Amino acid sequence: MAVTARPARWHRNLSAKIAAIPMIATALVVFVGGTAWTVLYSFTNSKLLPRQKFVGLDQYERLWGSAKWIISIQNLAIYGAFSLVFALVVGFLLAALLDQKIRFEDTFRTIFLYPFALSFIVTGLAWQWILNPDFGVQAVVRGMGFESFTFDPLYNPDIVIYGVLIAGLWHETGLIMCLMLAGLRGIDEDIWKAARVDGIPVWKTYLFIVIPMMRGIFVTAVVLIASGIIKVYDLIVAQTGGGPGISSEVPAKYVYDAMFLSQNLGQGFAASTMMLLSVIIVVVPWAYLEFGGKARRV
Amino acid sequence: MSDTIIIKEKPLTYSAAQAARDMSGTATPAGEKGSRVSEGPSGSKPEKTLSRRNIILYGTLIVVALYYLLPLYVMVVTSMKGMPEIRLGNIFAPPMEVTFEPWVKAWSEACTGLNCDGLSRGFLNSVQILVPSVILSIIIASVNGYALANWKFKGGELFFTILIVGAFIPYQVMIYPIVIMLREIGLYGSLTGLVIVHTIFGMPILTLLFRNYFASMPEELFKAARVDGAGFWQIYFRIMLPMSLPIFVVAIILQVTGIWNDFLFGVIFTKPDLYPMTVQLNNIVNSTQGVIEYNVNMAATILTGLVPLSVYFVSGKLFVRGIAAGAVKG
Repeated sequence: MAVTARPARWHRNLSAKIAAIPMIATALVVFVGGTAWTVLYSFTNSKLLPRQKFVGLDQYERLWGSAKWIISIQNLAIYGAFSLVFALVVGFLLAALLDQKIRFEDTFRTIFLYPFALSFIVTGLAWQWILNPDFGVQAVVRGMGFESFTFDPLYNPDIVIYGVLIAGLWHETGLIMCLMLAGLRGIDEDIWKAARVDGIPVWKTYLFIVIPMMRGIFVTAVVLIASGIIKVYDLIVAQTGGGPGISSEVPAKYVYDAMFLSQNLGQGFAASTMMLLSVIIVVVPWAYLEFGGKARRV
Repeated sequence: MSDTIIIKEKPLTYSAAQAARDMSGTATPAGEKGSRVSEGPSGSKPEKTLSRRNIILYGTLIVVALYYLLPLYVMVVTSMKGMPEIRLGNIFAPPMEVTFEPWVKAWSEACTGLNCDGLSRGFLNSVQILVPSVILSIIIASVNGYALANWKFKGGELFFTILIVGAFIPYQVMIYPIVIMLREIGLYGSLTGLVIVHTIFGMPILTLLFRNYFASMPEELFKAARVDGAGFWQIYFRIMLPMSLPIFVVAIILQVTGIWNDFLFGVIFTKPDLYPMTVQLNNIVNSTQGVIEYNVNMAATILTGLVPLSVYFVSGKLFVRGIAAGAVKG
């Protein structure tokens, strides 16, 4: 173990490098190599097994010609837009409420955050049960005398994705609230004092002073929600299984189905490459903004 | 550009900052009405309990809290009812006759379509996946973080950057190459293979966590040990490890909940009889055959959620620290 007994430079480097082998292997082989491999093979006509028969953009043409993929993308867009807006707004409002020096703050925070500890499978199944038209909310409201009341998002292809959204928001808002609360606690007290002295109403202080100051937190929250959105898979599998029909399909599920159920590897690779592309579109500008000045930090 | 730094460190310090604020005795800044400006610095209980503001504030919070608790309540209540009562009654009503039979059935008899020994098999599988995955991923990541923070070597930062960027790549992009690699070494479909996968995908966030923690330790400590002739592993085991227990606890919380809740890797990298609990739960509940027993389904759902929930309720603030650190992972 006394590799570094002498302070020779290469010795020191050596032991650190040996220790970092798993990291280097993961970074190079899995993250870089795996990604490059998938992108490369998305240009082949692989079916059951990966084959090196290149067919150009055929897979992508078929992908964008497939109704299932188009629906997946639409669902992702709806789910994404709504969950971004609602998670940010509700998360911030809850955090602002909790930041009023209230009693039982820990209790409330514990309640708002616990769904995040549960898996998407558990979340999806719980909401599947609550939204069950024969026994859940719809049945209860009908039982109260409103016979024509209809609320069956999971069985209606037009609104099924909103049913999933309800569960998704329940799961993630607590996390956003925690981030926002941390951000609010980071605002200097003097800011609040100054705003009060100037007679600025509380809501204006929040809107025009505090929120702009929390820009970093908001950016992190957006990146966090966005990368969660693209990964949505378990929730769909548990809550709707992609149904009714194919009305609640999402890209992550499309990839899984193509690769492991319908033996259509090429489609899976092309679809996952599209997912990668969308992440790049979101993450690169953010990384540029946030880490552009990296040299100045640390 | 110091925003990101704030994000990473805020959750680690905000309770202390809060405490400091509480102790300083100044009036709360956040969102209070102008009328409180004139108050002296008495701090903790500035208003009448039943002011209009408080009623609205607590009213809103309680309503939202009830909404958040609703699914858990419905699951627990449903799991304790018999099927006749479920068919006739209201899902929000408490059980008229409490029965634990659905729980027993969910644990030991429920059918997944392949076998009928309930969730117990999935639970054992999940434990067998969880324990080695957590240990292995934390050992590797802590040594990585230590090497990156204290033994800077050429290229280290580059690989680290790749690792962090890699955390943003959708898993779907890397899954199939991993399937091929595991198949080549004969581990595809085995628990060992899944443990490796969890270790790989846990590495970015854990390495970041440990690197930042070790980097924040006083450098003199490390230098003094070097002067005394301690080597790489000696410093790690004798100095760094004993001083970094809190961050290990955070990492354990992060990994236990993350790995227990995993579904995607479980379903891809294991065979049906080795499926983790989440996959088995989904198979039990969403299997189309036979009469659907909602009470058994809900009991099974709660059973699966029990492990991360207990971790959450026991660990409290540390969990928040863990997810705030994990927040960077995205």
